Amino acid sequence: MTDMANPVPARAGRPQTTVIDAARLKKRYRAEARFRWYGIAAIGFACGFLVLLLSDILLKGLPAFEANTVTLDVMLDDSKIDADAISKGNFNSIVNNAIRAQFPGVTSRSDRRALPKLLSFDAVDKVRREVIANPSLIGTTRSFDLKLSDEADLFLLGMSTDEFDIPVTGSVSIEQIEDGFRLTSSGNDFAGVLARVKQRLETRRDRLSLDASKLERVRDRLAAEMPVAEAAVAEAGPEATDTHPAKRRLAKLQADTSSVAAALARLKAQTDELSDSINNPTRAETLTSALPSYFVRLPEKGVVKIAGIGSDYITGQAYMPVAATGAVAAGNWSLVEYSQPEADRRINDREIIWLTSLRDAGMVKSGFNWPFFQRGDSREAEVAGVLGGMVGSALTLLVTLLLSLPIGVAAAIYLEEFAPRNRLTQLIEVNINNLAAVPSIVFGLLGLAVFLNFFGLPRSSAMVGGMVLALMTLPTIIIASRAALRAVPPSIREGALGVGASHQQAVFHHVLPLAMPGILTGTIIGMAQALGETAPLLMIGMVAFIVDVPGGFSDAATVLPVQIFLWSDLPEAAFQAKTAGAIMVLLGFLFLMNAVAVVLRKQFERRW
Amino acid sequence: MLVLVAVLVVLAFFYGKSRGSAFGTGEGKLHSLPYYHGYFVALMVAIPLLILTVLWPALSAFYIESQTLAVLPADLQPANGLARDAVMRDIRLLASGVLSDPDGLSAYPQGMRAAGAVFAKLQSASGWLQITIGLLVGVGSAMLASRKLSTRFRARNSVERIFLAVLIICSAVAILTTVGIVFSVIFETLRFFAKVPVTEFLFGTQWSPQTALRVDQVGSSGAFGAVPLFIGTTLVMLIAMCVAGPIGLFAAIYMAEYASPRARSIAKPILEVLAGIPTVVFGFFAALSVAPVMRRWGESVGLEVASESALAAGIVMGVMIIPFMSSLSDDVINAVPQSLRDGSYAMGATRSETVKRVVLPAALPGIVSAFMLSVSRAVGETMIVVMAAGLAAHAVSWDLIETFNPLQAVTTVTVQIATLLVGDQEFESSKTLSAFALGFVLFFFTLILNMIALRVVARFKEQYD
Repeated sequence: MTDMANPVPARAGRPQTTVIDAARLKKRYRAEARFRWYGIAAIGFACGFLVLLLSDILLKGLPAFEANTVTLDVMLDDSKIDADAISKGNFNSIVNNAIRAQFPGVTSRSDRRALPKLLSFDAVDKVRREVIANPSLIGTTRSFDLKLSDEADLFLLGMSTDEFDIPVTGSVSIEQIEDGFRLTSSGNDFAGVLARVKQRLETRRDRLSLDASKLERVRDRLAAEMPVAEAAVAEAGPEATDTHPAKRRLAKLQADTSSVAAALARLKAQTDELSDSINNPTRAETLTSALPSYFVRLPEKGVVKIAGIGSDYITGQAYMPVAATGAVAAGNWSLVEYSQPEADRRINDREIIWLTSLRDAGMVKSGFNWPFFQRGDSREAEVAGVLGGMVGSALTLLVTLLLSLPIGVAAAIYLEEFAPRNRLTQLIEVNINNLAAVPSIVFGLLGLAVFLNFFGLPRSSAMVGGMVLALMTLPTIIIASRAALRAVPPSIREGALGVGASHQQAVFHHVLPLAMPGILTGTIIGMAQALGETAPLLMIGMVAFIVDVPGGFSDAATVLPVQIFLWSDLPEAAFQAKTAGAIMVLLGFLFLMNAVAVVLRKQFERRW
Repeated sequence: MLVLVAVLVVLAFFYGKSRGSAFGTGEGKLHSLPYYHGYFVALMVAIPLLILTVLWPALSAFYIESQTLAVLPADLQPANGLARDAVMRDIRLLASGVLSDPDGLSAYPQGMRAAGAVFAKLQSASGWLQITIGLLVGVGSAMLASRKLSTRFRARNSVERIFLAVLIICSAVAILTTVGIVFSVIFETLRFFAKVPVTEFLFGTQWSPQTALRVDQVGSSGAFGAVPLFIGTTLVMLIAMCVAGPIGLFAAIYMAEYASPRARSIAKPILEVLAGIPTVVFGFFAALSVAPVMRRWGESVGLEVASESALAAGIVMGVMIIPFMSSLSDDVINAVPQSLRDGSYAMGATRSETVKRVVLPAALPGIVSAFMLSVSRAVGETMIVVMAAGLAAHAVSWDLIETFNPLQAVTTVTVQIATLLVGDQEFESSKTLSAFALGFVLFFFTLILNMIALRVVARFKEQYD
């Protein structure tokens, strides 16, 4: 080995440093510094990734812990609730009327139907529950805190779109025109909005021209292939039928070319149109749903959505009734932008206006989302909770602990203290080391084939999940326990034997208690592993959609990590927040377990 | 029943102990301490009772089921195993008394309701019978055991023999687990190979396990060529190792050779936290944060990146493996004796030269095996690839760049096992069985890798001990 070490050339006589040596030394030191930096960079990468991961999850998950409610006066109309069969009362219409009462200006049928969608379906359930609990409420009017829908929640948390107030300086005069209102500003207020719109249009034009240049490349390629295909057809001769491969190829090429040309022409027309309005900064524009939404807020809650805009005027419809026409002084009106285009968000402009008017009236309260910890899974994001997963995880871990701790410790004691050194014990040892490295999904296969199909134990149950995880964590516990037993000095054992204890008495009364902190630390680490494990549980059917919180070991259950996996697949943005929230809960538990392990280790660590 | 067992065992212990103490006050020297007599009686009671508790439900369920089915009229008799399960489910529901209202009950025929009543009766009878027998067995074995007690009785030796047997059984669980894995995987795999030839499975390039609904449909057997899965697995593993290998190794070198104790005490816990994060969290991060970023980057440089790509899954998996790789390498680097380093320093080598020319060559076998263990982790990892790498097997051709294109969605062995076995499944279909065949390949591949790696590490450590 030593001959591989860098030999420093031996030099006769007095050591002298030549220029070449100095350069070489410098190079070597540079290499040294570089090497050191590689190490720091590697660790930095791992730390950076961890920070990125945790902050990403924190950012995504925090909204899951906040929920918004709206306080509404609900008129519990006795004509809609039969006091003898309260649960069959028409609570839907009661709650719907309560929210509609807040918006007397909303008259169109479709809007009146859309209004109740701001509320979660849980709102109706809540009113029903309270009336059932207290039938004397029937016929009275009472205020309720009702849950808002998941999309409304996300908007109020600022997750759906950015909200900008655009400063205004002049006064505005309102006149009614045939299909809405026309507002003219005395200041230059609308010009700024127009400029913002044009900017948006410009980015869109740039994107379209990028698409066009891509298409042009396709067109050129097709054009280059054309002569080859034509030559092939010519070669095939005039007698070739239409089904001849060369002819079919040519026909396909021609069809592609013409469709590409048509698409290009369409794109070109669009970009030309856009360029036209961009190059002409004062040209009036129509705001489509692919552009941000702009609103003018007027006195007495009036709101006009801008539909068309020129440099000094806008036209648009009233989304909330406009009280009076005429002039409104500066300071009594404002301009708002919602940057995310209506077409790209799940909450539409009308809902935003309704929500903001509720919010401005001080009726919306936001608070800690307790139901997240009090409910099981649900198809509706705003009421889905992690309680089912938490209870399932607890039951599963309990089974795992009860099985793997005694078996693991017993196996460790036998192997470390009593086992004779022979082929069999060696086999067991190799086995345990290998089991520790078997992919977890294979344990799932074992559980499916043996526990479910052979023994016929209940599918999806915490019992089977716990058994599979117990087998999986067993090697971890055995290895940790053996290390702990080995760390107890032989003098303890010999002392006990010396005063006449039997071998078993020495182990159980003297060695085991001293090794216990180490064993428990290893067990907690194994349990933390089991808590985060997902794959084997998928195999034994713990992925079912389960609303009820499991009540026993043989009930169908799901666990936290599986809940995370299930939610991560759902498309709703609100479920993404729930997923990250559930991850935070899971990481919280893992952190707690590891902290306990660290404290245990610190508290009871003994150096012999 | 468990309560009964516990009560009887505790009673037996105190009974035995008091008998033992009684001997102690009498003439002659007691061989064992009184509480060993207690343990002896308690164990003698516990063992038969526990066997009874485990066996009784299985046996009685079998008997009750056959008796209940005998009550059913001929037209309700189930034809096969599946129908039998369904009928028993209905009977159990009827017997449980959940359906109290008349319209719920009338949905079931008269014969079945009668069977439900019989079932309920037998069930409660079986419960009482079990408790009675349990009591008799418990008291009986306590009597038998206590007759053996005497001053000269070697209670301790008997108890210790039983304890030792329990310990041996517990350590055999590890072996049983392995045997269970091997058998469950092998049996299903053999059944799969009875339907699909081995060569098609190992060398076929088409993977579409969805079996058709009708048996006579064209291509109803599905295609079970696993080469696309092997390629997908290899691809993701290679990407992961490109991340985890160098970074893990450099992190280990830094921690072992350069870091001050302070830096070590900061960096090590961070790596441990990274190691403790559940894979499902990494999967979420890969699918919802890394993949979209990759896609955007790809778009900005004009590359087509699929929303589920091997690259995103591989990189995140690599990060997951970094702590594993670095702690294994850290161990082997620390196992290289200090004297080798000192020798190198004495020759005037710098630290990095020492690491590169002395420490690493000496630790090479250990590092190679750390690498192998990491590869086996990467191959067996499930959640990250399920969430971020995709489900569809993509086409395999000799166009290697296309086949190993990391920007495409790929599927892996573990993804297929997971998706084939999730949800309701027919146990006999080749679709389900193919998952076990894949499990077989996975298990033996990782097993061989692990065995070699562990043996190399053990040899390496021995060398410097």
